[in-house]
Amino acid sequence: MSALTVREKLAILSDAAKYDASCASSGSAKKDSLKTGGIGSTEGMGICHSYAPDGRCISLLKILLTNFCIYDCSYCINRSSSNVKRARFSIDEVVKLTMDFYRRNYIEGLFLSSGVIRSPDETMGEMVEVARRLRLEEKFSGYIHLKTIPESSAELVEQAGLYADRLSINVELPTDEGVKKLAPEKKPETIRLSMARLRQKMEEKAEPTLRTKKRERFAPGGQSTQMIVGADKTSDDGILHTSARLYGSYHLRRVCYSAFSPIPDSSSSLPLQKPPLMREHRLYQADWLMRFYGFSQPEILAGSDDGMLDLAIDPKLAWALRNRGQFPVDVNRADRESLLRVPGLGTKVVAKILETRRHRRMRLEDVGRICQSIAKLRPFIIAEGWSPGALTDKQGLRDKIMRSCEQLSLF
Amino acid sequence: MKPAELNLARYSVRLDSETDFTGWRDAARRLALNEVRPEDISWHVAAGSDQPPCDLPAAPVGAQLVVPRDFIVHAETAFCHSDPTRFAFLYRMLWRLRTEPKLLSIASDPDARRLESMEKAVRRDSHKMHAFVRFRKIGEGADERYVAWFEPDHFIVERNADFFVRRFTGMRWTILTPYASADWDGERLAIGPGAAKGDAPDQDDTEALWRTYFENIFNPARLKVKAMQKEMPKKYWRNLPEASLIPDLIAGADKAAKDMIAKMPTTPAPHHDKVQARHWPKQSVEVPQDEASTISELREAAKGCHRCPLWRDATQTVFGEGPDNAKVIFVGEQPGDQEDLAGKPFVGPAGKVFDAILDDAGVERHKVYVTNAVKHFKFEPRGKRRIHSKPNAGEVQACRWWIDREFALIKPELAVALGATAALSLLGKAIPVTKMRGQVIEREDGLRVFITIHPSFILRIQEPAEKEAERERFLRDMREVKRLMAA
Repeated sequence: MSALTVREKLAILSDAAKYDASCASSGSAKKDSLKTGGIGSTEGMGICHSYAPDGRCISLLKILLTNFCIYDCSYCINRSSSNVKRARFSIDEVVKLTMDFYRRNYIEGLFLSSGVIRSPDETMGEMVEVARRLRLEEKFSGYIHLKTIPESSAELVEQAGLYADRLSINVELPTDEGVKKLAPEKKPETIRLSMARLRQKMEEKAEPTLRTKKRERFAPGGQSTQMIVGADKTSDDGILHTSARLYGSYHLRRVCYSAFSPIPDSSSSLPLQKPPLMREHRLYQADWLMRFYGFSQPEILAGSDDGMLDLAIDPKLAWALRNRGQFPVDVNRADRESLLRVPGLGTKVVAKILETRRHRRMRLEDVGRICQSIAKLRPFIIAEGWSPGALTDKQGLRDKIMRSCEQLSLF
Repeated sequence: MKPAELNLARYSVRLDSETDFTGWRDAARRLALNEVRPEDISWHVAAGSDQPPCDLPAAPVGAQLVVPRDFIVHAETAFCHSDPTRFAFLYRMLWRLRTEPKLLSIASDPDARRLESMEKAVRRDSHKMHAFVRFRKIGEGADERYVAWFEPDHFIVERNADFFVRRFTGMRWTILTPYASADWDGERLAIGPGAAKGDAPDQDDTEALWRTYFENIFNPARLKVKAMQKEMPKKYWRNLPEASLIPDLIAGADKAAKDMIAKMPTTPAPHHDKVQARHWPKQSVEVPQDEASTISELREAAKGCHRCPLWRDATQTVFGEGPDNAKVIFVGEQPGDQEDLAGKPFVGPAGKVFDAILDDAGVERHKVYVTNAVKHFKFEPRGKRRIHSKPNAGEVQACRWWIDREFALIKPELAVALGATAALSLLGKAIPVTKMRGQVIEREDGLRVFITIHPSFILRIQEPAEKEAERERFLRDMREVKRLMAA
């Protein structure tokens, strides 16, 4: 076999990474290259440098170091039994690609993952070396996300944390049974332990050291994970239960939901269908309800028939329709927590309402001016001169709201 | 003719440039202090105006114009907007703010909303500039430079230049736009005049690699064109090297996705069997749980315990710890947040209190065996915290399987039940702990069980004097345990 060019390897190893949903480059500590005279900065907010026609943001160079893999996870294009074309980047090649792309402002940094070749430690060691070279030799201050291999040694993970902005470990599937079935060689116990260790390490390093009173830098962007949705039969309620457990137990910054995508040469144990993209979207929305809107996991789907999120309407509206007794909420009096539960009111709009009403009483039109669509809102709020009356408890309200939201979007 | 050209306004202000905020601020201050109404002023930028400069009235001596501090920040941002009426609009805001100082907080006011939406447009344009500037390299070695052509909607080059300095400090670069340019030579930033697209290089060798990446990172099974265009509107496409690929990728997506699905599972890759044989030899048979003959075997066996559903949410089994010939076994309730992470009993806050008191009582922790009635952490997730929840009788019962074996292997002389759950586990029935505290109950099998509270009880007391008293009581209990051990 003739040696592959860098371009051929890039084609293979970015194709191999495209099933991975996560891309975020946000949430790290601020840093720039003014002091080092090097290249790169992270300023809290991530920047999407391009968008693929699948609507996903391209913010990082997301590649695999290699797609050779000793694991045989049936949902993964890179599993050892797959007939996919294989390639392997050298450390130099990844470092050069990252710097060349970054200097041209194509990317925010690197998201490096890898198939496991020979041993987890060997693979992890190479990934850490890429990050080390970028930081120390290239004076690179951009974003680095490393996908940690759970079976690799604690020392390597600790080194990874020194150089990376974020570390992640994939839980793969929402249940241990799912992992055992579809990723027979992976051990859910090890994945949990690795996440636990990362949390401990992050907490330990967040303490100022006694001598210098300074905090050591260790994965300032925290840890994240990804689970595949739709490859097994777990309900949305079950998926959200797992997420809530992960947020609480390991202090993850975020859980990424990756709708299972059909893959060429896929294993026969998997559904051959288009990924349920809307389901993925609704899960992200429900996840937000837990993280930013004060919802506890069980209440999001409490009272639903099948533990599945409604695909036609967003989870907060669905929850409100099931819990009409808690509405209407008075925008001129209600506390922040209650306002956050109103469909159509986001955290920013709620902040604006709280600020504005200190100075004047708000009418329905006032609220309408600062939120996106009043149609969703109207049945759930009381404002100066407005009361929804029987509208809140009206039958067919769901359809009515859906219709009026659709009409609005025609503009 | 426009009213301004008819010179209907009493004052005509000339600004040096589209981004001359200082000039605007100075003029606005003077005019407002002289009570000049918004409709009496017309605003111009020097380049586009034939108007003679007008003498602005001087600010009255000692007069002060007070506006909310954050108005300046908002106005500076909105000032970059390309709307030619922005100078007049911002003056109107200033005018209103004199009598309505809370105006900016009233999100429903039309002027406040307009200011906000102008700022938003500027910020969005800035963000897109951060994202969509594409440098092209020219020259090699010492002559290496990076040049970009960008077409912003608003006057944002000066505002954004520092971002690029912070990001590309170690690089010489120039960003050219139709109205201004920014140049960084590695040490100094210079803002210069506008340029034409032809002034920028038209290609870069790395673009082929970038296009390869763009093509391959796209998953045709997930086509969402609208979502893409919302964030990357077509107006930016002509300056993005990857954008020319988009139409073909969209057109071919359906077929590509179908092809992916149509490629039915084939036979495993040739190297697969070898990989399996080398890396995943058949698992050796595990020690059956009830054949463990030492504590460490028992601990190993407990790792995979599924006797009750608590394993599902916990990280790991937290098994007992201590010498396997200990004279006393302390039994707690269940591991907590820290124990669950560490895999060791009594390492969290309650464990620290426990250790300190044992020390005070002269009981050597490394000589005793410490374990829990329930070996998995039970909790309710609440945001980023885990709220401990009490194990139920079924869970305690399920875990007795392990406790009984720990006792059978260690054969202690004494058990200390720390709290009600431990007492339930050891005695098989619920007892009132506070009432029976300090007593020793002998089980049918002859094991003596000392009853006391769980050390986490001390932690929960808020009132310092009460807390200290409770600590003292627990210390007395531990001294009694020491006495019983010696006896």
